[in-house]
Amino acid sequence: MAKTLTIDPVTRIEGHSKITILLDDAGNVEDARFHVNEFRGFEKFCEGRLLWEMPGITSRICGICPASHLVTSAKAGDEILAIGIPEAADKLRRIITLAQWVQSHALSFFHLSSPDLMLGFDSDPAARNLFGLIAAHPEFARRGIRLRKFGQEIIEVLGGRRIHTPWAVPGGVREPFTAAGRDRLLAGIPEALATTQMAIATLMLMFERHAKEIPAFGNFDTMHLGSVRADGALEYYGGTLRLRDADGNTIADGIEPRDFDKHFAEKTEPWSYLKFPYYAPLGPEKGIYRVGPLARLNVCDFIETPLAEAERLKFKALGGGAGAVNNSFHYHYARLIEVLFAVEKLEQLLRDPATLDEHVRSKASINRHEGVGATEAPRGVLFHHYKVDDDGVIQSVNMLIATAQNNLAMNRAIRQLAKHHLTGVAEITEGLLNRLEAGIRCFDPCLSCSTHAIGQMPLLVELTRADGSLLARRAR
Amino acid sequence: MAIVTLTIDGLAVSGRDDETLLSIARQHGVEIPTLCHLDGLTDVGACRLCLLEVEGSTRLLPACTAKPVEGMVVHTSTPKLQRYRRMIIEMLASEGNHHCAVCVSHEHCELQRLAGSVGLQSVRVPYLYPDKKLDATHPLFVMDHNRCVLCTRCVRVCHEVEGAHTWDVGFRGIKSEIVAGLRVPWGDVESCTSCGKCVSVCPTGALFAKGATVAAMEKRTAFVKYLVTARRSKEWVGDILEEGDE
Repeated sequence: MAKTLTIDPVTRIEGHSKITILLDDAGNVEDARFHVNEFRGFEKFCEGRLLWEMPGITSRICGICPASHLVTSAKAGDEILAIGIPEAADKLRRIITLAQWVQSHALSFFHLSSPDLMLGFDSDPAARNLFGLIAAHPEFARRGIRLRKFGQEIIEVLGGRRIHTPWAVPGGVREPFTAAGRDRLLAGIPEALATTQMAIATLMLMFERHAKEIPAFGNFDTMHLGSVRADGALEYYGGTLRLRDADGNTIADGIEPRDFDKHFAEKTEPWSYLKFPYYAPLGPEKGIYRVGPLARLNVCDFIETPLAEAERLKFKALGGGAGAVNNSFHYHYARLIEVLFAVEKLEQLLRDPATLDEHVRSKASINRHEGVGATEAPRGVLFHHYKVDDDGVIQSVNMLIATAQNNLAMNRAIRQLAKHHLTGVAEITEGLLNRLEAGIRCFDPCLSCSTHAIGQMPLLVELTRADGSLLARRAR
Repeated sequence: MAIVTLTIDGLAVSGRDDETLLSIARQHGVEIPTLCHLDGLTDVGACRLCLLEVEGSTRLLPACTAKPVEGMVVHTSTPKLQRYRRMIIEMLASEGNHHCAVCVSHEHCELQRLAGSVGLQSVRVPYLYPDKKLDATHPLFVMDHNRCVLCTRCVRVCHEVEGAHTWDVGFRGIKSEIVAGLRVPWGDVESCTSCGKCVSVCPTGALFAKGATVAAMEKRTAFVKYLVTARRSKEWVGDILEEGDE
């Protein structure tokens, strides 16, 4: 008899979602689905607002990465004003983008994923959260919290506040940087670097500890999409897009963000509010790709800073030579390498005297009716696409969010985990639930409504027959 | 003109009988909240925030238009008045689309400041979420009807000080709306001199400079009294240079 298993809600991710597993008559996993059951409507209610308001409005989409939406929106605005922004503004926007990486990646690794990795997937769920981590590994947790704080502090020094700053605007940024702010931030670099290196060393131990599990942790072939600089270096703020396949072959390169809709399409499913983007030339099945840290490290040729580049070479070895690294578990490693790069690059940028120039905003009126902005948000490439009228009033908004681009891959990852851990018996074990959730957490999905970082939400699992009647229920 | 004596909040005060109670109270350091009033413009008593209780009268009087009478005993901040003022701010909040967090006037808005001063924490009446538009057809300025509280300062400053009479109030009751010309896009109105006085006097983010971003709009209003005084008395004095005027 066909059955459905439901995990609702999924905890320790940003937002609301649930997982269902569909079993066939023999009790084998037929399909598994990651449902996003929140709807927000930002694209619709931004219509009729003014272009200049968009960074401030869209930064409100998310409390985790407001700076990514802020900067991406400002870049779309630059396109519509059709002007070059001052050098200082460009560098300051780069700084805040990297700060966003540091704080979000630290949150993902230390607050959300470490409880699984450090305490074990099968440890007591009541204590498998940040508080349990603090009790078991106080120094590790404290350093992680301080690393995230460092990223937040950069955003605060530049933007005046940690969350939802309206600081970046079409044409540049609102406030120049100060020498006092620079000195305060530079003082935090050594500790941030040491913490990141400690986190990488800890993750290496986790590779050994979870060696049996890792091979089935969302390990499958997809393409990878990310931004690269003109010379092939890892990029985070500008550059063009590159798509590589699971063997490391370049499928498309030099894609300008404004042309993304010529290369990518989206499909919708009735069971989720999250759309499913794919690479259009290959169709929705074969066009599956991943974005974010794993993908970025797969598509770039090198990282411009030495410590991060040394780690990238070790990361590449995980994929066995020239091919890409296709195991979603290694998002964790890629994420930490990106933090290492961000901290090294932040030091370079902070020491650059050009950031202190007081000319930080160019002004113009509407010179184009359409603009696309793109940056690499912590979870992957983020697009804002606006159309305006002659007066700058928004006519349409399309935002392509990183988590959506990982949607097909997340579904495939939980299908693999369900098949691996649910064999023959339709029993809902703790271990199964934990692994499915941990599998989703590899992608660090941001469903942008609220953060359940302390894991206090109840977990409800339902096992239903094909006719919809309830067979079993388990809650914790 | 005669001098009258009266009591405001227990304080014995005197004033001219052609002055308003608001003016006399402020001269004696008694603060009364206002929204539609602006020094230099004709008062219209529209917002009702400055209502007063006068002993012996069952009617509440707006301080900005009421005149003093010999022996009058006035109260400016009774529990009843405080309750009314809070209700007025709640109604204003529920009637428009005031999203402070993403507004150009955030942190510099008179409505927001008033909401704080009357202790407004939540709104007890349902929000109406009216479907209002913004008019960005003017090359320099924007009118966002979502944030308009119909104080008519813009109408008055344009008519009385600039002399252009570009703005008016259209429609009736809850459908009332500030209109440009004979309700045409602002950018098409030939009478508008683009002086920006209406933008400066607007207490909220309804009128703002094009290109302004969240919380970036700070307004100056003291110039109105300065200009009016200069025209009337040929005296170019006033507090126009003082920052932080209201």
